[in-house]
Amino acid sequence: MPWNLSSDRPIFQQIIEHMELEIVQGVYEPGQRLPSVRELAAQAAVNPNTMQRALSEMERMGLMHSERTSGRYITEDESMIKALKKELAGGEISRFLEQMRRLGYSGEELLTVLKEEMRKGEGK
Amino acid sequence: MMEQQNAQMPLADLRNVSLNYDGRFLALSDLTLTLEPGRIYGLLGPNGSGKTTLIKILAGLLTQTAGTVTIGGCPVGPETKAHVSYLPDRPFLESGMTVEEAMALYADFYQDFDMQRAEDMLERLKLGKRSRLNKLSKGTLEKVQLILVMSRKADLYLLDEPIAGVDPAARDYILETIISNYDPKATILISTHLISDVEKILDDVIMLQYGRLLHKASVEDMRAERGESIDAIFRKEFKC
Repeated sequence: MPWNLSSDRPIFQQIIEHMELEIVQGVYEPGQRLPSVRELAAQAAVNPNTMQRALSEMERMGLMHSERTSGRYITEDESMIKALKKELAGGEISRFLEQMRRLGYSGEELLTVLKEEMRKGEGK
Repeated sequence: MMEQQNAQMPLADLRNVSLNYDGRFLALSDLTLTLEPGRIYGLLGPNGSGKTTLIKILAGLLTQTAGTVTIGGCPVGPETKAHVSYLPDRPFLESGMTVEEAMALYADFYQDFDMQRAEDMLERLKLGKRSRLNKLSKGTLEKVQLILVMSRKADLYLLDEPIAGVDPAARDYILETIISNYDPKATILISTHLISDVEKILDDVIMLQYGRLLHKASVEDMRAERGESIDAIFRKEFKC
């Protein structure tokens, strides 16, 4: 997945968002070993200290852990990855609801158009 | 030099540095600045703001007319030059040389030159070592020069406009080379006017104007505070 980082907000936050998505999608599997900070920084074309900061933050969140000699690993705790998935979905849904409110949809009416669009999507 | 260094000590320390070229024009004016180990600095400023002058002072090619400059605790001189790797803003190698000869020259001249590292980087470029420098395209020549400069195990890398005048693919190669080849304890100072291409690899920016220090700040802090890219901030600061 390309990194597509934008320069107008902190890069370390965008790295976290990007890697969270990859963990949820299974690009990185539970327990998988990560490349070195330098390799990841080169891949993303970002400053190595910024990459380090993002990884440390994800360690603090419990999504990764490092072993002193062998490197850094994705968590084996699948319930944590499920919780992360739900949290990311929650964020997307609240953004969606906010947009729909701006368009004037709420309650039953919102559910109706949503179901209608989902049916169309299934037909494709 | 490395023995004297400790975590609290800046790598480079400039105090009240001024330089006037002909007694009137101040290329640098009362500049006080420190560079910490393990950071990548972007040196930004309009043309004539003193970027190249500052780099040449750190490289030992120009001497300030007032103030002090130390690197690793020593005044700039032969001892500091051995720990500073400098990429000038224009071609610096004799053009009739082959790539191989240029590498041998560097290995001869600098004790900290890592031939293996240089060869690995050249291999990625898929460039024959027998090629003559004057037969290379501008972009390829810039890459070769950067490879030589980054193959030294220096404490301070001074890169004056390393990506000017090369195409975007070459820029990516150059930035990747910088990220993947530098020692995490070393310091890099990159001068550029192509801010948007470089800003993601920086820790801090140093903005100069009329030879004075306008800003020194962490790029991530600036993005968080202003919600804008460094490029956008720079354009506003220096709007004509």
